[in-house]
Amino acid sequence: MIVLERRPQPSRNWALATPLVAVLATMVFGGLLFAVLGKNPVEAIRTIFWDPLFGEFAFYYRPQLLVKGAPLVLIAIGLSLGFKAGVWNIGAEGQYIMGALAGAGVGLAFYPLDAWYVFPLMVIGGALGGWAWAMIPAILKVRFGTNEILVSLMLVYVAEQLLASMSLGLMRNPEGHGFPGSRNLNDYAAATSWINQNAGLHWGVAAALIAVIFAYVLLNRHMLGFHIRLTGEAPRAARFAGVNPARLILFCLGISGALAGLAGLFEVAGPAGQVSIDFNIGYGFTAIIVAFLGRLHPLGILLAGGLMALTYIGGEIAQSQLGLPAAAIQVFQGMLLFFLLALDLLTHFRIRLRKREVA
Amino acid sequence: MTVPLLSLQGLTKAYPGVVANNNVSFDIGTGQVHALLGENGAGKSTLVKMIYGLVKPDSGVMLLNGSPYAPSEPRAARADGIAMVFQHFSLFDALNVAENIALGMETPPAMRDLAKRIREVSETYGLPLDPFRTVGDLSAGERQRVEIIRCLLQDPKLLIMDEPTSVLTPQEVDILFETLRKLKSEGTAILYISHKLEEIRALCDHATVLRLGENVGECVPADTSARDMAELMVGTTLQTPERSGRDLGDVALDISGLSVASPGEFGTALKNLHITVRQGEVLGIGGVAGNGQDELLAVLSGEIQTAADAVRLNGQPVGNLGPTARRRLGLLTAPEERLGHAAAPDMSLTENAMLTGSVRESLERHGFLKWREAQGFAERIIHDFDVRTPGPDNAARSLSGGNLQKFVIGREVLQRPEVLVVNQPTWGVDASAAAAIRQAILDLAANGAAVVCISQDLDELMEISDRFAALNEGRLSTPRDTRDLTIDEIGLMMGGAHGMEVAHV
Repeated sequence: MIVLERRPQPSRNWALATPLVAVLATMVFGGLLFAVLGKNPVEAIRTIFWDPLFGEFAFYYRPQLLVKGAPLVLIAIGLSLGFKAGVWNIGAEGQYIMGALAGAGVGLAFYPLDAWYVFPLMVIGGALGGWAWAMIPAILKVRFGTNEILVSLMLVYVAEQLLASMSLGLMRNPEGHGFPGSRNLNDYAAATSWINQNAGLHWGVAAALIAVIFAYVLLNRHMLGFHIRLTGEAPRAARFAGVNPARLILFCLGISGALAGLAGLFEVAGPAGQVSIDFNIGYGFTAIIVAFLGRLHPLGILLAGGLMALTYIGGEIAQSQLGLPAAAIQVFQGMLLFFLLALDLLTHFRIRLRKREVA
Repeated sequence: MTVPLLSLQGLTKAYPGVVANNNVSFDIGTGQVHALLGENGAGKSTLVKMIYGLVKPDSGVMLLNGSPYAPSEPRAARADGIAMVFQHFSLFDALNVAENIALGMETPPAMRDLAKRIREVSETYGLPLDPFRTVGDLSAGERQRVEIIRCLLQDPKLLIMDEPTSVLTPQEVDILFETLRKLKSEGTAILYISHKLEEIRALCDHATVLRLGENVGECVPADTSARDMAELMVGTTLQTPERSGRDLGDVALDISGLSVASPGEFGTALKNLHITVRQGEVLGIGGVAGNGQDELLAVLSGEIQTAADAVRLNGQPVGNLGPTARRRLGLLTAPEERLGHAAAPDMSLTENAMLTGSVRESLERHGFLKWREAQGFAERIIHDFDVRTPGPDNAARSLSGGNLQKFVIGREVLQRPEVLVVNQPTWGVDASAAAAIRQAILDLAANGAAVVCISQDLDELMEISDRFAALNEGRLSTPRDTRDLTIDEIGLMMGGAHGMEVAHV
């Protein structure tokens, strides 16, 4: 009989090894999936993982990695703080949309003023938009004990409706010949988030790196970070240590909302360029995978964000070159999270083969 | 010589990393009350789990009435006439007594017949119990009666009782002992597990002492002094904590008219508490668990906040302050639950030292943590309180209960508290560690700190406290000098025997 035995201490080696093993397992089972779909599995895996980095057109794909990776890392860093404390913000996608709407709204309101302060104000607007949207589940949880998972998730769909209404109504480009979508912020120099479009560099990339450093210092060196970890590990001990649970919930949801809002603003003012019905492509949900794939550790999230960006871009190449359906790529990304969580067991337990016995 | 009822021969059981029982042999005769004595972790529980069919021995045999006995599961053990009352009850709060008992039966009779039988058994053995009362409303002593009656309905030949008196008031203990003596006179053998020596001397015919999984000696308790038995249990000479005469200072902790609603559905509301503790004084608070001890600790630690002047520290109102602010002022606490409340299980000892030590040990500056100093503090606790662990990097969970308790108490004591509140400071701790912890508490008081010790161990409270009060259903009795108190009076302060009015009809 196979028995799971609790380790006296969580294994450090396994904690580091599980992401790698999970990636390998995903490659094997993803390969099987592609084979069943009638594609050459080796070629598909190579297209997803190798071509964007070292293939013939890598010079085009590499900047894309930054563009895709930055919002994922930025959102995942915020989420990881909450997840560490046991506060489950599943609605980053909604906060991302609201940040984009608020930030872009600020920019569009100033159009066509060319002043240095337009973009900083948009950044503040983006952060506030995401923060305010996250405060809804936070305050409901603190005041009435509602479940933040449900409320934050539901608010994603509310935000999507709002986005549709905005891009068809209030924010629609008056010179857009009736097409949905706002003015293109890339054409408005004071409002664009691009630093160097050819290199894939925009302010979101810088913000993501700053967020990684900030989170690392917070979690390892600061009392607030210690209290976040403590709350996740042992909520009662955290109260005993002097943590105010309500304040912690407000902080965790607030910061993850603000970072998701920032990611939305940088995206809408850069790579996406305009507020349109479907400018959001699920970064807020994928960031949940990134946060766990990175072990909720800032540096891990940085690496995981890169990896997820890779599967995004590689997946697109595979779709266009090999004709793989988009759903197959999503299943592939889902597998990654599945294997990671399943293998996570090995950090806390070891597997023993043992003769049957009544315990 | 007659065949013993149950004969254990060379029982051995090993778990990864630890031998729980090593070659244990002894006999239990019919109608004998046999004590199984030993410290926490001596292997008592594993041994009885083997007898009850919960664990299979690695080697060794058991003979029941001379024929081999190897129960594969508790059901088989029950069929052979062996019943067990566990230390932790397995009852459903929402069901009534009869329903709970029916759940444990192979073929429960109709509810009305069962209720009748419960009444018969409970009257025969002097264990008053109404079969239709909801278990959630019963006291711990009454719940134990449910478990005992559940066993008695099976007509057991051997009744195993695991630490039965830890949840009882002295009066309830007397009632239990009457029942057990009656059972014995009817020929039922009883295997009685305890580390309370006076009880064993009063009740048991024969005692087997376990230490580190081995049978280290047998004795007749009535003819052996408690001290000799204790030393057999521990294997070394015991040191009794010493208290030096000390002068009491000003009032350090003053609680007046404190009432707190129950924090949760199964909590206890505190009702109109008055407590004053002077510098250099140890106040002992006794009472059966679940009578407001956890809530009292939470009120003092700052986890539950009240009106500012309900709790005063050195005259200063602190009732509305949180845990951190109270620590800064010198009010420190150590909760009962070590893992998950006093310490975070998966965090290292260094991190756990930071948990309460950050303010008074200056382990942070402007919110930034000084991990090296925290590690130094953790090392100091480990050294000063003889915590057995490879080092401060180990997770709290990896420590044994006693060692973690020493760490938790040491962490607070070393922060030089002005008022220290401890809940169950030596619960589940071996005798020598318990003595060390009590000594540390007494030393702290000798140096002028005020100490509140909440405990269910009456011997402990008699040993270290100057004054004693009891918590009963959220009310605190008037504190009295410990020196003038008898065990009977303490029992009455604890609320006497719960629900015993019926017995005297």
